[in-house]
Amino acid sequence: MTTVSLPAPAGVRPRRVAARWARRGPLLPALLFTIVVTQLPFAATLVISFTDWNALYPDRRGFAAFGNYTAVLGDPQLRSSILTTVILTVSVVLVSLVLGLAIALLLDRRFHGRAIVRTMLIAPFLVVPVAAALLWKHALYNPEYGLFNGILTGIFGPGAAQPDWISDAPMFSVVSSLVWQWTPFMMLILLAGLQSRSPEVLEAARVDGAGALAVFRHITLPHLRQYLELGALLGCIYIVQNFDAVFTITAGGLGTANLPYTIYQTFYQAHDYGRASAAGVIVVIGSMIVATFALRVVSSLLKQEADR
Amino acid sequence: MTQTLSAPTGTAVPPPARPRRVRRGRGGAVLGVVAWIVGIAFFFPVAWMVFTSLHSEQAAATNPPDLTAPLTTDGYREFFATNPWPYLINSATASVVSTALVVVLALFAGYALAIRPVRKWSDVLFFFLTTKMLPAVAGLLPVYLIAQHIGLLDNIWLMVILYTAMNLPIAVWMMHSFLAEVPVAILEAAALDGARLPTVMRRVILPIASPGIAATALICFIFAWNEMLFARVLTGVVAGTAPVFLTSFVTTQGLFLAKVCAAATAISIPVLVAGFAAQNKLVQGLSLGAVK
Repeated sequence: MTTVSLPAPAGVRPRRVAARWARRGPLLPALLFTIVVTQLPFAATLVISFTDWNALYPDRRGFAAFGNYTAVLGDPQLRSSILTTVILTVSVVLVSLVLGLAIALLLDRRFHGRAIVRTMLIAPFLVVPVAAALLWKHALYNPEYGLFNGILTGIFGPGAAQPDWISDAPMFSVVSSLVWQWTPFMMLILLAGLQSRSPEVLEAARVDGAGALAVFRHITLPHLRQYLELGALLGCIYIVQNFDAVFTITAGGLGTANLPYTIYQTFYQAHDYGRASAAGVIVVIGSMIVATFALRVVSSLLKQEADR
Repeated sequence: MTQTLSAPTGTAVPPPARPRRVRRGRGGAVLGVVAWIVGIAFFFPVAWMVFTSLHSEQAAATNPPDLTAPLTTDGYREFFATNPWPYLINSATASVVSTALVVVLALFAGYALAIRPVRKWSDVLFFFLTTKMLPAVAGLLPVYLIAQHIGLLDNIWLMVILYTAMNLPIAVWMMHSFLAEVPVAILEAAALDGARLPTVMRRVILPIASPGIAATALICFIFAWNEMLFARVLTGVVAGTAPVFLTSFVTTQGLFLAKVCAAATAISIPVLVAGFAAQNKLVQGLSLGAVK
């Protein structure tokens, strides 16, 4: 519908050229800006990845061919951080998506104070991530005066177990804090989805005697598919790149170093520019494969867009 | 027959409907309570952060927590005594200016993609989204080297440029779906009246798409205000942003729980206030391309 454009003035050549530029013109600033600021650095990363370049040894610069790549791929630390990234991203996205769906279904019903409950639920998403990570690390997880152990003491008395949450379960601690931050985000997307269902269709289903479960399976879930995909897609984009929680809560220790953290360290602390770049390129290639597959093959987001 | 006779009041309500409606009502009340519990559970850490920030260091670090300790604003006084203003101003500059730039660029791009579509427009949209999927950290080093070369390290305008690039893809995507809602007939009428692009933008598109523009701006502002990795690597003394200040604040001062909570609360307040005030727009904005 909306792709219907204004009728092009046929025949007159200069006017047609002008019309073409009238279309492209508004797009160009954003496109050029994006290409210059995001694509050029990646091209530079690619070039640097083939050089021997450690800022601590400026004399030893040279062409490294695939040296950095074999070093990076042979590095057990980097391979473990790839695995960590996958586990972290998949668990946070899945758990927060499921929780977000459950909460969105709860909030889709009318009850007293629904607006207040929604406002309270949004709060975790609005707290600055570094602040949230500090809050979890010091005010909640801390083994001596954190709230969690404080509650345990409050309930079970002075002899209560006082686990050291972060060292005992580092991955779980990071994932929990991220799930807390991202569930509201998923909930907001899915709530928008629920509220855009057609009330006529729902009413018709009820009149036909469909139970709540049948309505959910055959009407709500198919309608929500796009919203679930969108939540998963945006969640993946932002959680793959998570730096704040890993940096703040565990400082990459105890097997929680993900790719952004590892690259940050290779570059910022080891000053190994060549190797950091090679790691970056590998991450980009991996992301491209996953993203293309997700968007072009599995997702209905772009198909729907193209149909319009 | 016998059934209707046995019903003493003889109401016309069909038997199966009534119990179901009653059950739904009671279940609804229970689920409402569940929703309240979930809401309080999610809000609780935020409330705890604010609560802790209003205590003396001694009262904040007790186990079990002392809920009756007297409240004090010492934590905030000490936080503001460390002079966080330059960092807050840097964050405000980077977030507000980059958001304004993103909105303008994305508005025109959205126009080109949704209202007078360029050819292969869905490929262009796909391109924007893929740039968002490339992990930003992989471009960090060249950005650092280039910035160092042209003397933009530790300069807040570098952060403005980077945050604009960071948010532009999502903003283009959102703006495209909001502008796709603008009725074509209105635009055709405007074109017949001889209106040019700036006029069409200002008089026709802006009024219709303003809720979408507000949602886009809010989300870009939140992400820019929250960003830390790039700010940590590329800024320092002069251009440090609030999140960077928060981490350095903790490591240089040792741990003072109440003061850290006060700092975390103070830095989160702009986003919390903006987000609470515009939560309906947030819902609308986050569902971006899917709302069709």
